[in-house]
Amino acid sequence: MHDPLGYLKQTPSQTAGPYLHIGCTPVGAGLDWPHADLGATMISDETRGERISITGCVHDGMEAPLRDALIEIWQADAQGIHPRRGDPRGTGDPFFTGFGRCASDPETGEFRFETIRPGRVPGPGGVMMAPHVSFWIVARGINLGLHTRMYFPHDDLSGDLVLARIEHRDRIATLIAQERAPGAYHFEIFLQGPRETVFFDI
Amino acid sequence: MSFTERDTTRHPPALAPAYKSSILRSPQKPLVALPATLSELTGPVFGHEIIGPQDADLTVNHARAGHSAIGPRIIVHGRILDEDGRGVPDALIEIWQANAGGRYRHKRDGYLAPLDPDFGGCGRTISDADGAYAFRSIQPGPYPWPNRANDWRPAHIHFSVFGHAFAQRLITQMYFAGDPLIGLCPIVNTIPDPQAIDSLTARLDMRATQPMDAIAWRFDIVLRGRRATFFENRPEGT
Repeated sequence: MHDPLGYLKQTPSQTAGPYLHIGCTPVGAGLDWPHADLGATMISDETRGERISITGCVHDGMEAPLRDALIEIWQADAQGIHPRRGDPRGTGDPFFTGFGRCASDPETGEFRFETIRPGRVPGPGGVMMAPHVSFWIVARGINLGLHTRMYFPHDDLSGDLVLARIEHRDRIATLIAQERAPGAYHFEIFLQGPRETVFFDI
Repeated sequence: MSFTERDTTRHPPALAPAYKSSILRSPQKPLVALPATLSELTGPVFGHEIIGPQDADLTVNHARAGHSAIGPRIIVHGRILDEDGRGVPDALIEIWQANAGGRYRHKRDGYLAPLDPDFGGCGRTISDADGAYAFRSIQPGPYPWPNRANDWRPAHIHFSVFGHAFAQRLITQMYFAGDPLIGLCPIVNTIPDPQAIDSLTARLDMRATQPMDAIAWRFDIVLRGRRATFFENRPEGT
């Protein structure tokens, strides 16, 4: 439908449903598909930066793990540049995709990414934000994909103007990963409840 | 540069109790409004070279040699647009769907309807310079699903779209005009605005129909547009 000014209206979201693997991770879903699953590999030997892993799980309001979620991440390279499109500061590391996609494990619900620690990216007013990884989560029962961010423990988060927007300061902790071993970060996401993760209206 | 806000009159709310799965999977605290930064204004790039020759043809891309999928042959085509009506080129579009009997090729789908050995249900393509895209497939069937005692999904195709920014990321579903199950479906009805539901309903497109081959359905997708910036705001004195 057109409005009086001629702008089009946004196509509404619908849930990704329980069978999203067929379209988003077809190899993982067991299809005879001639390509590697998109976002399955983010780095190669040539990628610059500190290797890290990110594991975690998405939980429902009963704190049960979602076994049918799809988690996508998007991040800057080690220099803080987003690979290849839209970043006015350059083209970034040609050996880093910046994009990861992982279906939660059908038994445990865990997701896992092998990536590099991102550099700092300028935020509102050009003020540098603390290093972070952007997350987008879809699943059966999620009507509109959920945006959140993962920050790193031990970083100084005090000057981050995105985190400064969070009115209830104790909720910032929901965005900070745990470091379980050097370079092994773990990020639990809660859709509801007292530990509900901060989700962003982007 | 930034994007227009998500139109919350068009998108479904997180909690829509008639769709029972949303009850325990919907955030209950308000989302925190975030000024889009480079982390949201940029997005992954997928080149046309990642698309194989049969990726957009679901009638053959999981079929045995010399076979094709069972079901009414269809073409689904349209444009990826922004709110200003501009085509969005180079958008990756991924689709997935049930077969003609309403059965998905998925471990968790135990519906009585049989699998089709020649149908996988996965397709993908990248929009052209005008934002146009096209798939060839078979018409998916409706199927029952566990929600209330007797809920049926209307025939539908799932769409995942990457625009040019992570902020534009969208997953949705396309329905077929005239399907009487659309109005009964609790997932469709998570969307409060009937016009918004109508925008998910593909139209029969006889102009694009291939005679003696496949019926065409037209489905355009509108992503968030860029917000116009007429004047740069600068703090006084700079």
